[in-house]
This record gives sequence, structure tokens and C-alpha cells, in this order.
Amino acid sequence: MTDSVVAASNPARGPSRVSSWSLLFNNRLAAIGLLLLGALVLVALLAPVLPLPDPNATALAQRLQPLLSEGQLLGTDELGRDILSRLIWGSRVSMTVGFAATLVAAAIGSAIGLLSGYAGGRMDNVMMRGIDMLMAFPYILLALAIVAALGPGLMNALYAIAVVNIPFFARNVRGVTLALSRAEFVDAARLSGKGHLSVLCTELLPNVLPVIVITMSTTAGWMILETAGLSFLGLGAQPPQADLGSMLGAGRAQLFTAPHVSVVPGVMIFLIVISLNVLGDGIRDILDPRLRSGALLRPGPRTAVHPDRTSPKNGNTDAVLNVEALETGFIRNGRYTAAVQEISLHLNPGECLGLIGESGSGKSVTALSIMGLVNSPPGLIRNGAIYLDGEDVLAMPEIRLISCRGSRVAYIFQDPLTTLHPMHPIGRQVEEAIAAHQRLDRQTLRKHSIMLLERVGIPDAGERAKHFPHQLSGGQRQRVGIAMALANDPDVIIADEPTTALDVTVQAQILDLLRDLQKERGMALLFITHDFGVVAEVCDRVAVMKDGVVVETGETQALLSNPQHNYTKRLIACVPEIGQGQDFLNRVSKLFRPEQSV
Amino acid sequence: MSAYVAKRLLSVIPVLFGLSIIVFLVMSMIPGDPATAILGAYATPENVERINRDLGLDKPLVQQYFIWIGNVLQGDFGRSFALNRPVLDEVTERFQATLILAGVSLVLCSVVGLVAGVISAVRQFGWADKVITFVVLAGISMPSFWLGLILILLFAVKWRLLPASGMYAIYGGGDFKDLLLHLVLPALTLAVVAAGVIARLTRAAMLEVLRQDFIRTARAKGLSERRVIYRHAFRAALVSVIPIIGIQAGFVLGGAVYIETVFQWPGIGAMLVNAISTRDILLVQGGVLVVAASYVLFNLAADLLQTMLDPRIGS
Repeated sequence: MTDSVVAASNPARGPSRVSSWSLLFNNRLAAIGLLLLGALVLVALLAPVLPLPDPNATALAQRLQPLLSEGQLLGTDELGRDILSRLIWGSRVSMTVGFAATLVAAAIGSAIGLLSGYAGGRMDNVMMRGIDMLMAFPYILLALAIVAALGPGLMNALYAIAVVNIPFFARNVRGVTLALSRAEFVDAARLSGKGHLSVLCTELLPNVLPVIVITMSTTAGWMILETAGLSFLGLGAQPPQADLGSMLGAGRAQLFTAPHVSVVPGVMIFLIVISLNVLGDGIRDILDPRLRSGALLRPGPRTAVHPDRTSPKNGNTDAVLNVEALETGFIRNGRYTAAVQEISLHLNPGECLGLIGESGSGKSVTALSIMGLVNSPPGLIRNGAIYLDGEDVLAMPEIRLISCRGSRVAYIFQDPLTTLHPMHPIGRQVEEAIAAHQRLDRQTLRKHSIMLLERVGIPDAGERAKHFPHQLSGGQRQRVGIAMALANDPDVIIADEPTTALDVTVQAQILDLLRDLQKERGMALLFITHDFGVVAEVCDRVAVMKDGVVVETGETQALLSNPQHNYTKRLIACVPEIGQGQDFLNRVSKLFRPEQSV
Repeated sequence: MSAYVAKRLLSVIPVLFGLSIIVFLVMSMIPGDPATAILGAYATPENVERINRDLGLDKPLVQQYFIWIGNVLQGDFGRSFALNRPVLDEVTERFQATLILAGVSLVLCSVVGLVAGVISAVRQFGWADKVITFVVLAGISMPSFWLGLILILLFAVKWRLLPASGMYAIYGGGDFKDLLLHLVLPALTLAVVAAGVIARLTRAAMLEVLRQDFIRTARAKGLSERRVIYRHAFRAALVSVIPIIGIQAGFVLGGAVYIETVFQWPGIGAMLVNAISTRDILLVQGGVLVVAASYVLFNLAADLLQTMLDPRIGS
């Protein structure tokens, strides 16, 4: 979470950069792919020096020998030629053509992409429309048309496949170049007097290289497959030259009598392509920073709870919600880092507790931990207990926890645009919240949801219920969020910065609404914010958080008039008052001098 | 939204126009004298001259294009020399068979791909995910024509369960059940690669969506995990997978070339391969144009479906 926490718990950790190669070898699958591909390439390269029979020597007396025959490990084909020898020579041809096509496509496609992205404007437009046209063809069909025009043959197949793959390179490279060519370092290079060509080659090319490598690694496999495909159809390699595809195609005639003649070359193609694909995936994972950060982990239905957590007794049996010594953290790259520690809070029935602190201080992690909503992985509740009416939430079975969400503890989140489902009408989202805990028929559900929407101040709620979130204003969206939280009359509402994403006048309206509702329904409210002004307005008590721990708690009035902790003092001082002007800055800046800090 | 749909519909016209230009240009790349290429080395001079005149080959390239496209728009794709019948008739007949095969394959790969992708994402790193990931990897790495041969060996030769070739049985076939039996192997083979690609992208889309804020909201409401996954996450992931399915239509239509050859399916792909080896250029031109145009329409359909599913598009 906060940098300071990470730094504090890992004081010895230096900036160690892992090289891409070692990452590749750590990825077991990619390493296997690399080794397999390396072996296949090596064998193909060594074909001239290996003790192999002539791949084109026919021996009709020896025709269609089965697998594992004496002297012919993989048997012979319809002309009595040794299949093993043909396989190795054939894979040499297939790989050469496939890799050559990859290089040609990469060179031409990247050049188009670089130029298009760098030039921008009309040139970019024209080039990209052309690329779009090429992509409007079904992949193989265009290659087929090109071969049809140029005539069958291995070189023509190579051209056709390269052309068909140019768009992938052009598009990917153009996207990155477009973003880069507006970067400051490119401007600087231009100002220093470098010509366009020099900027393209020395400034842009090195930076788009990862994209080119990624695209090569994902398309090389296809290109090998396509080469084999065209040869299989008799449009690639022409006899007596043979690649894997044409071997497979020729062997088809003996499919029923000697299946190995066509099956064996297919296995070879498969091995080459799968090793390329596995390696390509590995390369992509390493070069694509978004995938490397482990962003694509599926969060489970509840936050993981460590089995050996400390489980303190419920020290406050009157509270509707009592958090005891909670510690929640995150596991990244196998190491655990605490985000919040020793958090103890309680919430009495009907009371409003403010939880205040700067962004990154752990307020949200604390709030989300209560109902197990911290994404996990990577989240982990390491220690502590959370008592809801005396029952430990962390010990609840999953079904019971889910049944408590929304019915006993409900949430209101910060940004209502991202927290409402973008493709469901808002009325249905409220209905769904009710239906999760009450068995009602459709009509009653609809009536209830419209009543709730009206209660939170959405005008013309019956009609509005059919609208989607993007059709509402920010304030109205937040009202929908509040309506969903109220749907089952919960005992506790946790509002996680409910007004932060709204403008000031709407903030005030939403705060009024929350305060009214809290009084009207007697709910307890845990109100998370970074704004002391808001706290003073709505909260009975306050807890101040910094760097993952609660530094001070107390009655709002007492804490405001007599803050104990330095950090609290600074927070309070930062609430501006009308008419202070320069005084305000003088007063505040004193508090932030280094010698004054904690 | 209807303005958006209209705009999208209109955008098809320049694309089709562009396609026709590319097809025309590719075909005009044919080296040497096209008339000899069409008629072969033993053509009589009168025939060569007639062809040149018929095709307008004595005129400049731009003019040739407009003559050609004008004829195409009137349904005149020329005459196939090898088959001695109008290209349009042959292409229409063949295209029906391809549409049946490609359509069934597309449905198959979408269903299998989506289901596999969702399971894979929901059970991330579990055994189901590992099995699916491996099968998908194998599926997208094998030549489809090779897989077709193996399926023929197993299902038609060894176990004698399914027919190995053709669209209908030669004797006593011709009904719907017969067609379905003949469809199983080719449609399955054709679907494998596309299903793999869809499964991969569905998995990634689901994992992406499951981390979104609105999924947390759904959980906070107390919805069951099932409902969170299917009603909330899948609904959102589907929107980003649908264009991918549109693109797979291209792989299926193109892949039909191999599969129709392997299973002797009387479709346009097999026709193209034959036409290329007999240098029946007009037939190739017509066939490529029709398949490419149908791919554009598949993509259009995918886009419109996406617009229907995502209320945010076009508003």
C-alpha cells in the first residue's frame, strides 16, 4: 500500500532488477518451449552433417515401410524414401520459410507502423486505411489469392504469408509510435538537430522494439502453420523440394494404408509451432509490464484469512461492529507486506464513526476487510477479529458471510461511475440488491426499488429506473449507490469516501441525505473520508489513520479542539477557513517543516 | 444509437469498395499474358484476342477496374473456363455449402470457447484451468488439416462412427440427419483453432472484469458468487469478446479452405484450391470477393450485436 509501510517492513530491500532472460528461464513452460525449439532448430541446422540417407533417394522395393522398421526409424513413404531424413530436411525448409516470412513481415510492417505513427495526420490516415483493408480479408484467403496470382511455389508462398501478417506489425508498432512521438525525449532529439530518419532509427525504434518482438513471437507460429498449409494444398513447395506441409499433403493419398506417412510430418509441425507459441507467451508475459505485475489474478468471493491469525476476544460486547487488532496485507511476488496493522475500532448502534486519513493510509483496506471485500489474491487478513453483533465475521462460513453483506452491513463506494454495473439499468441494480436478501415477486421488487430511488431524491424515479449509469449525473449515481445500500435496512453502513468524486454542492446534498437517513433509520455509519470538515459535520467520534495504523481516536468535538497527535494537528490545520488568506499558509507551512514531523 | 447503427452500416460500403480494389489489383499481378494464363500455352490467337477484349485487357488499369466492378455489381462475374459455366452460379452454389459448415463451426467455437474461457478464469490455476489452458495451447498449435486427417482415421476408419467425406451420402442420403452426420467431423475440426482463441481471450476478459469496482459492488450487495460471475462479470466480458468472435469468422471462413479439401466438402474453399491449380482466374476472383465480402458482413453483425449488448456504445 503506502510506500512508507513497504519501506519500513523491508528496510534491506535494494533496487534489484531481474534480467529478462532469467525471468524467461524462471517461467517453466517458456523455458521448455525455448529448449524444444532450440533442439529442433539445431537438428535442422545439422541436417547436412547428420548420418542421414539421401531424403530424395527413392527405393520402390522399400516403399511404405512402417514405423520402427530396421534402418528406417520412421519408415518410408510411397516412393520408399526415408521419412526421418525427409522430416529433418523438410523441417529445415519449413522453418526457414516461416522465419523468413516473419522477418519480412516484421521489417515491412514495423516500417509502415513507425512511419505512420511518426508522420501522423493524413499520411497516417491513408496508411492505416490501407492496413484496415488488408485486415478486412479472412486471414488465409488473401494469402491464397496472392499465391493464385503469383503462381504456386515456395517463394511465392513466403511473400503471400508475409504480406498477410504485415498488418499485425503495422498496427501494433503504429500505436506505440504514436504515443512515443509526442514524448519529450523525441522533441528534445528533434530540437538538438537530428533529422527525421535519425530520430526514427535512434530514438523511436529502440523503444518500439519490445512490441516488435512480442508481435514476432505471437505470429511466427501462425506463419509456420500457414506455410505448411499452403504446401499441403500443393501451392507451396513443389516437388522434388519438400517441406513438412507438402509431405503431409502427399502422404494423404496413403492415409488408409500407411497413416504414418502423413501423421508424422504433422507431429513435427505441431512440435515446432507449440514450442514457438509457448515461448511467445513467455516473452509476452515478460515484456508486457501489465501482465508482469500479476494484474490478472482472479479475486475470490472473500478475502483470504490466515489460518494462524491471532483472534482477540470481543472486548466491546455493546458495539454492533467491533474490529479488534486487525492486520490486512498483500502478497506480491510471494512476499507478504502489511497494509494496515493493529486496527481496533468499534461502532455502537446508531452511531457515526469517522475514519480519516490521507490517501494510502489504509482507510479503504480497513473498511473492505470488514466484509471480506479486499481482492484476494493478493489480499490477506493476517491477524485480528471482526465482531458483528458478537459473531466473528472472519470465522463465518462463506455462505453466511455473503448473506450478511448488504443485509446487515452495506457499503457505499467512492466513484459511482465505476462501482455501478455499466450494462444494467439502475432500477434493476437496486431490485437485485433487495432480491439478494428478500423473496419478493417482480412487481413488489420494482415498487420497492422505485420507492428507494425516490427516498434518496431521484426525481421521476419510475422513468429513471430504466436508465443506465452513464446516463445519470455523478450525484444521481451516488444516490443510486445509497439506495442500494439502504435496500435491506442494514444495521451498519460503511461509506468509503462517498462524496470524494463529486463536486462541492452535490457533496453537501449527499451528506445531508446520509445524515437524515442515518437518523431516520437508526443505522450505525462508518464514514471514511480525508476531509475534516465533513467529519465535523456528520461524525460523533473520529479515528485518525496514518501509514496503516490508527494514531488517535476520540469524540469529534474533543479531538477537534484538542488534537494529541502531530498528524491530527496538521490535518485539522489544513481545513481552510474563509478570509484567512496568507495567514493560513503561514500557519500550515510551519507544521510541515521536517523537524516538526513525527 | 440508431444514428450510430446507420453510420456503421454505411461504413461497410467503402470497405467493400476497397476489398474489390485489392482483389482486382492482386489478380492483375499475374505475370505474363493473362489470356495465355487463362487459356494455357496452346491457345489460338483468336481466342487470346477474344479474351483480351472480353476482359477489357487492352484498356488502362483504372478503366479495367471500373468495367469489371460494373459487371460485378450487375451480377456478372464472368465465366469459368475450366467449368464452362458462369462464375456467379458456381460461387453461389459452393458458398451455400461453405456457409453451412462455417456457420455451424462458428456457433460451435463460440459456445465452447466462451464456456471454456469462463471456467478457466473462474477456476484460475485450478486443475480445470490447467487442462483447458493446455488443450487450448495444443489446439491453436496444430495444423487443422492434420487434425482432420487424424479424426478421419479415428472416427471414420477405425471406429466407423462417422462419414469421412462429402456433404451427403452418395446412396440413400440427402436428408437433414445425413447432413448433420457429415457435418460433425469437418465442423469440429474447423472450430478447434477459433475455439482456442476465443477461450484464451474470454479468460483474459473475465479476469480483467472480475477486478473491476462494480464486481466489488455486486459482492457487497450480498449476491451469490454464481450470480456475480454470470450476471455481472460474464455480461461485461461478453461485450469485449464479441468482436473477437467476429474476427474468428474470418479464420473459420479461411480455414474452410483446408477443411473442405480434407473432407471433400463441396464448398467454396475446395473450389478455390482447384481453381488456383487450373488457373481459372475469374473463378478465383469471384470466390475470393464473395468470401471476403461475407466476412465484412460477419464483422458488421458482431459490431451490431455488441452495440445491442452495451448501452454505452453510440450514446
